[in-house]
Amino acid sequence: MSTGEKYLAAAYLVLFAAVLLYVVLIALKLARIERELAELARIAKERAGG
Amino acid sequence: MLLTTGLGLALLWAPEDADQGPSQRIFYIHVPVALTAYLCFGWAAWKAFRLLWKRDERADLESYTAVHMGVIFGLLTLITGSIWAKISWGVWWTWSERQLVLFLILFLFYSAYFMLRYSTEPGPRRARSSAVYALFGAVLLPVSFLAIRLAEQLLHPAPLFNRDGPQMSASMFITFCVCLAAMVTLAAALYLIELTGKRADASLRELREHLA
Repeated sequence: MSTGEKYLAAAYLVLFAAVLLYVVLIALKLARIERELAELARIAKERAGG
Repeated sequence: MLLTTGLGLALLWAPEDADQGPSQRIFYIHVPVALTAYLCFGWAAWKAFRLLWKRDERADLESYTAVHMGVIFGLLTLITGSIWAKISWGVWWTWSERQLVLFLILFLFYSAYFMLRYSTEPGPRRARSSAVYALFGAVLLPVSFLAIRLAEQLLHPAPLFNRDGPQMSASMFITFCVCLAAMVTLAAALYLIELTGKRADASLRELREHLA
């Protein structure tokens, strides 16, 4: 692999890694929202029941 | 699908540049990423304008999300540009190129947006001051974009388009267009996902306050 090809691979990997990281962060955020929503639903149900 | 196609075309189909060799293929991600960053900042300014003009409160979150996306794509532009510079010019960065410095100023300007936003309490005042800042940044967009056309060419490549059309072969131009479409679609998809997440977060916060 030539030096040019190594730099080319590095540039494409940076882009790929950034997109992957972003998707992982979004997934973590959505999982947190889902957990909080479930907790709020539970509180609302308890209040309605009580 | 567009991204995969663009990647395939850029790496396998587009002809290799006679002067730069394989490293020239960085062009197919560097330029679309840079144009997408401009587009995100432009969209942020448009939403900021709507907030100030129409008093559309939803535009605050939209403008903020667009700046967020623009900064990410701006950072990617700087990183991929640095990699390309290292192989083409032998340096990671040069202060003598006005195009690079202007893009860095644009990037730092919008990075400072977050400091301004998080230094004030949430509410209409924060929304307005953020909008004014995002709108002010729009002034830098044409300056940075046109710098590549107006500045004296020292190291940075000449513009891709002039009055005679695209300055590249048909296969290179098609590959570039596919990569640009892929990058804009990716940015739009991430923008919508991020915006939905932020709206859901805001609704949850309201609901929590209501239930407390």
